[in-house]
Amino acid sequence: MKTVDQKAWLLVLPVVVCVAFSAVLPLMTVMNYSVQDIISPQRRVFVGTEWFVAVMRDSELHDALVRQILFSLAVLAIQVPLGIALALSMPASGWRASAVLVLVAISLLIPWNVVGTIWQIFGRTDIGLLGASLAALGFDYNYTGDPLDAWLTVLVMDVWHWTPLVALLCYAGLRAIPDAYYQAARIDGASPFAVFRYIQLPKLRGVLMIAVLLRFMDSFMIYTEPFVLTGGGPGNATTFLSQYLTQKAVGQFDLGPAAAFSLIYFLIILLLCFVLYNWMLRVGQGDAAAQQAGHG
Amino acid sequence: MARIDLDLAHSYRPSPRNDDDYALLPLKLSFADGGAYALLGPSGCGKTTMLNIVSGLVTPSHGTVLFDGRDMTHASPQQRNIAQVFQFPVIYDTMTVAGNLAFPLRNRGMPRERIRQRVGQIAEMLEMSDLLDVRAAGLSADTKQKISLGRGLVREDVSAVLFDEPLTVIDPQLKWQLRRHLKQIHKELKLTLVYVTHDQVEALTFAEQVIVMTRGRVVQIGSAAQLFERPEHSFVGYFIGSPGMNFLPARWRDGGIEVDGHRLGAGPEPQRLAAAGEFTLGVRPEHVGLAAPGAPGALPVQVQKTQDVGTYGLLTTRRGDALIRARVDVAEPLPAVGERLWLQLIGPHTCFYRNEELIAP
Repeated sequence: MKTVDQKAWLLVLPVVVCVAFSAVLPLMTVMNYSVQDIISPQRRVFVGTEWFVAVMRDSELHDALVRQILFSLAVLAIQVPLGIALALSMPASGWRASAVLVLVAISLLIPWNVVGTIWQIFGRTDIGLLGASLAALGFDYNYTGDPLDAWLTVLVMDVWHWTPLVALLCYAGLRAIPDAYYQAARIDGASPFAVFRYIQLPKLRGVLMIAVLLRFMDSFMIYTEPFVLTGGGPGNATTFLSQYLTQKAVGQFDLGPAAAFSLIYFLIILLLCFVLYNWMLRVGQGDAAAQQAGHG
Repeated sequence: MARIDLDLAHSYRPSPRNDDDYALLPLKLSFADGGAYALLGPSGCGKTTMLNIVSGLVTPSHGTVLFDGRDMTHASPQQRNIAQVFQFPVIYDTMTVAGNLAFPLRNRGMPRERIRQRVGQIAEMLEMSDLLDVRAAGLSADTKQKISLGRGLVREDVSAVLFDEPLTVIDPQLKWQLRRHLKQIHKELKLTLVYVTHDQVEALTFAEQVIVMTRGRVVQIGSAAQLFERPEHSFVGYFIGSPGMNFLPARWRDGGIEVDGHRLGAGPEPQRLAAAGEFTLGVRPEHVGLAAPGAPGALPVQVQKTQDVGTYGLLTTRRGDALIRARVDVAEPLPAVGERLWLQLIGPHTCFYRNEELIAP
């Protein structure tokens, strides 16, 4: 009989403890809140699924969710192609490559709230470069008053802030393609588009998957920058899910509904990431697996 | 199909000063139309550089590349109409095997029907017809390299097909099979083939003419027999053969050859040896035989190691500081370690070198 060494459990213990304190316990606390009505620290009432039902019927939440999904899709639709294009046009080696890498990475080093502040000033029609320029060109631009302007400004800000992340990931992916592929393409007489379509894009699949997941999760949880830039306004035009949640939990101190909402929010992100991940995996390997099944 | 003439030198550095700066020292070389050539040499000797110059991936820093007499020095691989197969399999992951094989033809705008036909032929030749509709990404390294080979052979009108150590990743059994395929393809299609390798067996079995290179220099061009029997450069003697040629410092004294104070008697071309004074005697282990004590042209040595390789015995013997290896028949018992015996060094296949160049015979 094989002897089983139980010492392995001891080795994973540190991780279990860390994860317990950082993730499991807080999550349990939130779960606990979500099924109770916290009236005061001493008084609480068990309410079952009441908060979940209430949250699901909350029309303001529905609006925020739609706004959020549109925003995340727009972020992906712009940042991923733009990031790839940027990576393709960056120099491959020499001092130019180093210089461009530093330049591209700058926006990633700026703290979120500072990014919000920068754009708050940048977009002002009286002293901001962007706002004043647009005004001078005759556009009726006002991100504090016009919902569409506000929404677009938040989007452009996010593109400015995070496209470099996609670009850097793709750049690393591009540099990892062996020279032989480009040589073979030259021998095979491939056009530049064919090189992109059949060599670069397939080889970038791995990093693009990471980029899409990161950008999706981050944009879905966006909070600080719109909070600083627009405060969620005008009206609720740029109130995304996080901000709505914070309003509920901290602003109105509705801990129960906020907790129920947090859990739903968490599940939405988990579900969408799961779907995205599997879809991208299938795009790469789906037909190969299907063919193998067909042949086998 | 074309005759290719090289008259060039290449340096990857912008302003080469001495020989070490050159990847390829000045050379003149011709590949005849329809010939099968091998470029043989150790890693870093410049053989891949030469191949890339022929294909147009690298432009030589000096000199010219002619295809059928036309200057192609600055032409792209596509203009030269060259096919090249690389050391590691390059496949287009998202395509099927058929898509991969068709890619070079599609890029050149060949009609669909013709492409299908040609892809079918190549797949049959490489015994992968049943894989045509499978996606290439999930296949084994062997199969992927076969696809690369197929992409190299799929165009019929190419000037030449170049192989850059294409069988490195393939396991020995399949190697033999693929090499046979390549020879067969060469016979059928009469393509000019240039094959880069550091494996002498591969080079000698594949090519009609083997070009031996070392440190950016072509040291000998010849058939397998020529390289084996009469290495024109001591590097060829050392590199080809297993084990390589024995080399012993020797000199001419009183009308005879002397090695380590022992007189071996006269050799071929005594005038040249006499003129050289000091030289190196080279003899292959296959040509070193056991001799009777005191026989002319034989040297007394002491046995240091014996190995029975199965089909032959390998003796390692010592004379002074020099080691002499000899291949002997295993039908008779191998001599014991430490035993003293005589080895025949001078014979019809003994070569003499000065400054690494052959001076006699």
